[in-house]
Amino acid sequence: MRFLSYLIEGIRLGSVYSIIALGYTMVYGIAKMLNFAHGDVIMVGGFVVFTVMSIWGQSPILAVIAAVIVCTLLGVTIERIAYRPLRKATSLAVLITAIGVSYLLQNLALLIFGANIKSFTSVFNLEPIRLAEGEISISGETVVTIIACIVIMIGLTTFIKRSKTGRAMIAVSEDKDAAVLMGVNVNKTIATTFAIGSALAAVASVLQFSSIPSISATSGAMPGIKAFIAAVFGGIGSIPGAMIGGILLGVIEILGRRYISMELSDAIVFLILILVLLVKPTGILGKKYHEKV
Amino acid sequence: MLEVKDLQVFYGVIQAIKNISFKVNEGEIIALIGANGAGKTTILQTISGLITPKQGEILYNGTDLKKIPAYKIVAMGVAHVPEGRRVFSQLTVYENLLMGAYTRNDKKDIEETLRQVYKRFPRLEERKNQMAGTLSGGEQQMLAMGRALMSKPKIILMDEPSMGLSPILVEEVFDIIQSINKSGTTVLLVEQNAKKALSIAHRAYVIETGKIVLEGDAKELMNNESVKKAYLGE
Repeated sequence: MRFLSYLIEGIRLGSVYSIIALGYTMVYGIAKMLNFAHGDVIMVGGFVVFTVMSIWGQSPILAVIAAVIVCTLLGVTIERIAYRPLRKATSLAVLITAIGVSYLLQNLALLIFGANIKSFTSVFNLEPIRLAEGEISISGETVVTIIACIVIMIGLTTFIKRSKTGRAMIAVSEDKDAAVLMGVNVNKTIATTFAIGSALAAVASVLQFSSIPSISATSGAMPGIKAFIAAVFGGIGSIPGAMIGGILLGVIEILGRRYISMELSDAIVFLILILVLLVKPTGILGKKYHEKV
Repeated sequence: MLEVKDLQVFYGVIQAIKNISFKVNEGEIIALIGANGAGKTTILQTISGLITPKQGEILYNGTDLKKIPAYKIVAMGVAHVPEGRRVFSQLTVYENLLMGAYTRNDKKDIEETLRQVYKRFPRLEERKNQMAGTLSGGEQQMLAMGRALMSKPKIILMDEPSMGLSPILVEEVFDIIQSINKSGTTVLLVEQNAKKALSIAHRAYVIETGKIVLEGDAKELMNNESVKKAYLGE
């Protein structure tokens, strides 16, 4: 029974990682870059919810909508200002810029909200579900998170497979020049990808901070890095890979925390990244990319 | 229809195209022939905007294509079948064809073009739900040509359509190019297979290390002694 409730807890955490990992993996697939500021977009989403609900006293729905709008605009702005000028630069320059953007966002949050950890009011007001005569209790946040993850997965896959924009995304990720010859505006497609990834980050922030429930300027960094590991674990560039990688990582982290050691759970997660990279560098569902000349 | 004037293209400090000028009239098949590395592909990529020239003009019905972003050029009626086909391997044949019509919005009109493309390439209809990456080289070449036709082009730039194909398929591809031209589309063809190219072209330009060294009627060039020696293996 206890194992089952740990498993559910792991799936909840994994669902959050999955949703964040989608942002990493889509951006990598299309722009071939690692957006290390992605985790901090989650933190910004959390602070938007915190501001709208706890400071301005508005409704949770309004707070969630505000978070999605702010994060989407932020993602598109970051791409426009920081990454687009570097489209032809070396990947190292882009990586360093992404880290720079990450610190910029963290320090802006420090400046505005201070260094104290704020308590975060859950946007959900749901009764926990009790199973097996009360031995297992599933929180409302957990249920919503898992459902949201499934809906996002189905929605995103359908969008990419069935819509014109989705096909353009696949085309750009595979061959930018050939996509241009079809009339695809590559910059617009990359911006759309950042918008989707960042909107998902906002959703992830609502789910994550409602479960913890606290927030500070660095609260996005750790889930961001773990979601990145999830994306690599599943095979970076692959959308189902991000989902599988995220869930597995969440489950491993929680089981490690409960059965092995609370302190070592993060170390276990990072150890897994190293092992995966050693055994299968392309990840579980990763495709092999070979450069065409 | 298309006029290239004093084109100069550089890769870094290396000059790939040195003052090239040529003309394509409506309804023609024009062949650019020359050895590997002569700069033929560079010329086509510059026309479609993938490469920015250092100097020169590319006039298409009076508009300088150089000033237009690459992704807007296909909507003006200039389609490009790139070297090595470059089909989208993770999309199906049908989805690849839809990508060809990316800049068009009238659904009925697109369906009509799709029917025409399937009529021209029955093999593509048979395989419409197959991933493009699983097609054979010949089928991929058909798909690349069909994809270009989906944009309803006025002129098609074709880069080495015969590359890597068996002699029978080469024959087929050139027949198709000729029939595309007969149905009213102008063709600018880049080929290493000079014999085949000259046999279907109206006029041709011979390019050597970034310069035009000979030009004229395709039939005449076929009988030119130096062309025979250098490109026709006679």
